[in-house]
Amino acid sequence: MELNSRAPSGPLEKKWSNHRFSNKLVNPANRRKFNIIVVGTGLAGASASATLAEQGYQVKTFCIQDSPRRAHSIAAQGGINAAKNYQNDGDSIHRLFYDTIKGGDFRAREANVYRLAEVSNQIIDQCVAQGVPFAREYGGTLANRSFGGAQVSRTFYARGQTGQQLLLGAYGALSRQIHAGRVKMYTRREMMDVVVVDGRAKGITVRNVMTGEIESHTADVVILATGGYGNVYFLSTNAMASNVTAAWRAHKRGAGFANPSFVQIHPTCIPVHGDYQSKLTLMSESLRNDGRVWVPKTKGDTRKAANIPESEREYYLENKYPSFGNLVPRDVASRNAKEQCDYGKGVGTTGLAVYLDFADAIKRDGKETIYKKYGNLFQMYEKITDSDPMVEPMMIYPAVHYTMGGLWVDYDLMTTIPGLFAIGECNFSDHGANRLGASALMQGLADGYFIIATSIAHYLGTNKIEVVSEHEAPFIDSKRWVEDRISKMLKNSVGGSAGKFTVDEIHKELGRLMWDNCGMGRNKAGLETALEELPKIRKKFWDSVYLPGTNKEINQSLERAGRVADFLEFGEIMIRDALTREESCGCHLREESQTEENEAKRDDANYSHVSVWEHVGSEEAPVMHKEPLVFEYVTPSQRSYK
Amino acid sequence: MTSINLTLKIWRQPNNDALGGFETYLLDGIHTDMSFLEMLDVLNEKLTKEGKDPVAFDHDCREGICGMCGAVVDGVAHGPEKEVTLCQLHMRHFHSGDTLVIEPFRSRAYPIKKDLLVDRSALDRIIQAGGYVSVNTGGTPDGNSIPIPSQQAELAMDAAACIGCGACVASCPNGAAMLFTSAKISQLALLPQGQVERKNRALAMVEQMDKEGFGNCTNAKECEAVCPKGISIRNIARMNKEFFKAILTEG
Repeated sequence: MELNSRAPSGPLEKKWSNHRFSNKLVNPANRRKFNIIVVGTGLAGASASATLAEQGYQVKTFCIQDSPRRAHSIAAQGGINAAKNYQNDGDSIHRLFYDTIKGGDFRAREANVYRLAEVSNQIIDQCVAQGVPFAREYGGTLANRSFGGAQVSRTFYARGQTGQQLLLGAYGALSRQIHAGRVKMYTRREMMDVVVVDGRAKGITVRNVMTGEIESHTADVVILATGGYGNVYFLSTNAMASNVTAAWRAHKRGAGFANPSFVQIHPTCIPVHGDYQSKLTLMSESLRNDGRVWVPKTKGDTRKAANIPESEREYYLENKYPSFGNLVPRDVASRNAKEQCDYGKGVGTTGLAVYLDFADAIKRDGKETIYKKYGNLFQMYEKITDSDPMVEPMMIYPAVHYTMGGLWVDYDLMTTIPGLFAIGECNFSDHGANRLGASALMQGLADGYFIIATSIAHYLGTNKIEVVSEHEAPFIDSKRWVEDRISKMLKNSVGGSAGKFTVDEIHKELGRLMWDNCGMGRNKAGLETALEELPKIRKKFWDSVYLPGTNKEINQSLERAGRVADFLEFGEIMIRDALTREESCGCHLREESQTEENEAKRDDANYSHVSVWEHVGSEEAPVMHKEPLVFEYVTPSQRSYK
Repeated sequence: MTSINLTLKIWRQPNNDALGGFETYLLDGIHTDMSFLEMLDVLNEKLTKEGKDPVAFDHDCREGICGMCGAVVDGVAHGPEKEVTLCQLHMRHFHSGDTLVIEPFRSRAYPIKKDLLVDRSALDRIIQAGGYVSVNTGGTPDGNSIPIPSQQAELAMDAAACIGCGACVASCPNGAAMLFTSAKISQLALLPQGQVERKNRALAMVEQMDKEGFGNCTNAKECEAVCPKGISIRNIARMNKEFFKAILTEG
């Protein structure tokens, strides 16, 4: 597997403009001759579909839900970063670049991250022009806030619904192209396979989840915008349908998968409250601006928070990190919460929670001020937990939130399969080993609105594009493979449900294995155990999963089973990736790699690379390749928040 | 943690062409911290274990923002709790021994696909008719070159908060989609960016709304009462004004 990043040479701030100039173009009159498939309609997919259609290409767009507006970008709360420096507080493209690459613990490509910072300003202009109702100052200019511990106010927001508003902006642009007939929209389709003809991506195989029909679609270019794989853990903040299937199928057809073990665990989520729980809900990180995190000093203290006197509370973040206190980055906050609970100091019925207390802030600023700042979050919390944070402290616990790993892409966002591109969370791209708050929306829209069209034109302009038909062997073979796999999944159900397992039971078992051994803290022994256990769960799935109904109707159990089958395969490269990365970096602590003060210790001498996994066959272990990371413009430093 | 026992009467319909009907299920030991959809998950696991067909329902984000979930519970779209979607409705609002009647969102414009799962693509087509500002990617002016008074931006945001769940239609005695349509028309009519296409937008979106078979507003206000995002029917008044202005000057 050849990993040529195609990162342009020349000075950092010229790379993107030079690259755009050297990339080939497609004449406007010729664009209508090319067909492009976009899978996914989140920020990346919707913005790419709209932009390419506006430029004149024929676009076919696919989504799994009933409408393109449902994609999970919609749930992002906090905001979107841009280097506008509207607040005159010292921000610049270079600073956003530096913060992003440092926040990612120096595990991303310099050229890509700089480009992201560079186009961030255009995103804001674009969204404003679309009528996205960003928050405003009284004078009518755009408002900003500081987010996730950034030292400048560069985050643009629309109440706590920034993702929703940006997605509806992109959905509007997409809707306009659907109306104009330049995008053909296919809803309720799940991608099952990438079709590769003579080494190039030429189409996809999808399942119509309303009818069960397996369909082939041809194109000259395929773009995946299919999001992250956090649901491998069963419980995460992701939507129920978020899955790895599209990316995993691409991987099995030859696309390298980069840094699969890089997963972000968000520190402020509502804790798990029972086995029936289907998902975890994120509470905005902004709460840590005023909330104080604590646990009881004594193990197993079951008194109510109000009955624990001040002297018996341990404000572990403030004590351990006096200069950052409760505002330490996500990974540090998450790890410490888990550590306290592992000591047996966790609170709540499960012991898997810590307090986030607003009592001091209320005393200092008054009830009204605090309610004004966090009222909507407090209401949301109260709806779910039936407890009022104005009266008793919130309980929080870390949860899986975002996956930095994904399909390996070059500077043009092309995977190792020519003609197959990956944008948004489904590529490994720009966040290194840890993503900063308010940067996911930025990256999704940067890829979709401002980067992918240049790459597509270059690909089409430099390659001979052969027209293919869905009646050719690779399409028929792919279809048959998909159908066989579904039949294989359904075969156990003939004799009834007795002695069998449901999809969710198996998914939960996988989730527990991954969370316990390949979560925030990892060690060799645990990872090796997981590597032994995983095939057993996989076998259990294929031998004894029970699926009601047939393939020829709406069958939501079958849909879930297909996704779980892929998570069961994918989990293995996550574990292998975690096993080979014997350093702590970004979001995870490799327990064998710690400083004397028990903080994460990065190892630049041995691990300053992207780990890219190649699928070489179902029976063989995957092969890892390395893309070395070279830093010309920044000097990797060890993070310290003491 | 307390648990309750429930009797569920759920609408079962194998597909759009088949006749549907209510089936009764007894469900014991439901934890009151569960969400309504988690309660349905528990029922579905039970049905699956018994070798029966689970209840089909749409859902995705389970945090009240994607707009994909929704059903009518005891005659009320999204159930008895104010300003929540079904996924954010919790079982602590019910009592042991309750009988809950669960039906799909019903409307002439929403074909039932299976059980509680309906086709709401008509709402997408209303947006496609004009629910956007026609700007291409690139070449847009600096964000701060379009100043917008804070109050105006907030009003636009109130309307823009619509999640497109379609509960407004299901609760309306006339099956009107006017709250949904007016939310988008209002958002863009309130903002300077929306002025250029203001009239055409109102005409095109209302025309599409009628074409899809939705009814018209008679101020029953049922839509506002069930809207999980608290969208006000003032938006409908604004849409009517926009429509009349447009039809008198353009139509």
